[in-house]
Amino acid sequence: MQAISKPGMLHGLLAEFEQGESLLEAARQAHAAGYRKMDGYSPIPVHGLSQALGQKPSGLPLLVLIGGIIGGSAGYFMLYYASVISYPINVGGRPLHSWPAFIPITFEMTVLGAAFAAFFGMLALNGLPRPYHPLFNVPAFNLASRNRFFLCIEARDPLFDLNRTRQFLEGLQARVYEVPE
Amino acid sequence: MSHSPHEESALVASETDGSAPVIEPGHTYASVTDQISAIVLTRPTSRGWVFGFAISFSLLMAFLYATAYLFAVGVGIWGTTVPVGWAFPIVNFVWWIGIGHAGTLISAVLLLLHQEWRTSINRFAEAMTLFAVSCAGLFPLLHLGRPWLFYWLLPYPNTMDLWPNFRSPLIWDAFAVTTYFTVSILFWYMGLIPDLATLRDRAKNRLPRVIYGIMAMGWRGSAAHWQRYETAYLLLGGIATPLVVSVHSIVGMDFAASLIPGWHTTFSPPFFVAGAIFSGFAMVMTLMIPLRWAYGLQDFVTMRHLENMAKVILATGSMMAYGYAAEVFFAYYSGNQYERFMVLNRALGPYAWSYWALIACNVAVPQLLWFQSVRRNIPALFIISLIVNVGMWLERFVIVVISLHRDYLPSAWRIYAPTVWDFTHLVGSIGLFMTLLLLFTRLLPMISIFELRELVHKTRDEV
Repeated sequence: MQAISKPGMLHGLLAEFEQGESLLEAARQAHAAGYRKMDGYSPIPVHGLSQALGQKPSGLPLLVLIGGIIGGSAGYFMLYYASVISYPINVGGRPLHSWPAFIPITFEMTVLGAAFAAFFGMLALNGLPRPYHPLFNVPAFNLASRNRFFLCIEARDPLFDLNRTRQFLEGLQARVYEVPE
Repeated sequence: MSHSPHEESALVASETDGSAPVIEPGHTYASVTDQISAIVLTRPTSRGWVFGFAISFSLLMAFLYATAYLFAVGVGIWGTTVPVGWAFPIVNFVWWIGIGHAGTLISAVLLLLHQEWRTSINRFAEAMTLFAVSCAGLFPLLHLGRPWLFYWLLPYPNTMDLWPNFRSPLIWDAFAVTTYFTVSILFWYMGLIPDLATLRDRAKNRLPRVIYGIMAMGWRGSAAHWQRYETAYLLLGGIATPLVVSVHSIVGMDFAASLIPGWHTTFSPPFFVAGAIFSGFAMVMTLMIPLRWAYGLQDFVTMRHLENMAKVILATGSMMAYGYAAEVFFAYYSGNQYERFMVLNRALGPYAWSYWALIACNVAVPQLLWFQSVRRNIPALFIISLIVNVGMWLERFVIVVISLHRDYLPSAWRIYAPTVWDFTHLVGSIGLFMTLLLLFTRLLPMISIFELRELVHKTRDEV
């Protein structure tokens, strides 16, 4: 492959591994070596990889909780508003605020709010949809959705140096590709 | 890789107690990926598929024809009439929505319980759920009389200054079914995202690559993405579990909140949920047995899956048997002459054939599944699952029609007879269901590829 010399045109270096365990080990070593702007790519979730790369746990559970609370309280408010304020009907003197009858819809709205938060929260935090990504320029990266495991150290990492980083990755018994921007 | 001890012991147990594995040995990440994605990408459309699609599509056209006629003329084309104001359409609605319960149950509940065997069947069961709920949702709308005003079910600001009656289980039902449909779509689509990326990367031609690429939304399997993805998937599973129970409970309340003999019982909601699981698993089995044969999926949908599903059918079938016994006991113990008459009328009245056929299909036949030789006999399983599907349709018929046709005053009694349009809508909805399902098997991976890769990983660790 033609070496790309201008740093501005390089997204990073991509190392290819055969096994998830090798990727996990490489991630630990890269983190120990001080690299931070990097990510692992795998066809299956590799447990512990995210921590090994020094990524923070996601705030998704909190988002889902908030989504559920908003859905549930909005649902209950709608029922209360409709039955007590907007359109009160006296049915044989029964209470207008008949909360037991409001439970099923409140529950459904809670579930709906939480589910939307989980789905769209996951996409938003992951920055998806994202049709273009520099990694898709590397033909071998197609296998990241089949049977290969990748580690990409990005050029914007302060420690990144084309030759030294390449040597580091090759020292991990990986095939190394340059990723054009 | 860390597994919980519980998970490991479950896998080891399967190796040692002689039962079939959840995936045949010898598979690698590459082999499962290639085999499942090839079904969609490279395999030519088989003659069997075209044949099946032609039949399904014709039935769908019959459904549309009947619906057009219904809209033009009105609900009088059906046999539905007072006092049987709820008839075939509601029977079909409850039947389909019950079938639609297995998908979320398999995906969510078995996910939370760490049941590895769910992996090969969850995607298909989720798709089945969506299509069954689509069929189900049509029937109450068709039954409305003026279906073009269906949006009156929804609370929206309107010039009439009215709200729906939020104290009615029928409105709860509208919320429950639409929520269930929405959450099922989210759950299903989310499970598909990594597989769509796989298809995008495997596709040889430009058009499928672009389409799958758009649908995959740029998924690239990054560690940060997987971490959030797994969290979201687990949370959705946790959210969907009480949801699935709530949906059919609310369908049960549609009946329980009324004053009709045989409907007005507190045990309707749990009874309906058990019936839903029973029929849903039966439908998964009915569809999976021919599909695994047609697409050569025996390595992934093994005897273990079929046997486990048979056990679930047996367990929920026993709950149904308890429910039928409880109905009889309640009627006797209530001392209420109308309830007692309802039970006698079920067993001995003009529709006694449907009651006894229901007992035969749902109580007697599933008892065969106590025998391992039956649970491992594929033709027997297929026939039993078909019988259970019929039995569950009959059960809703018994509940709806027998209770309504003779309620309190004999002067209001009437014999109900369905018309040809009732049957056209029933059979046509099966056509709609099968059409969607066949398109799904042709265009999307019917087994979750990335979860199979995980399964390969886990089973390899054991060896």
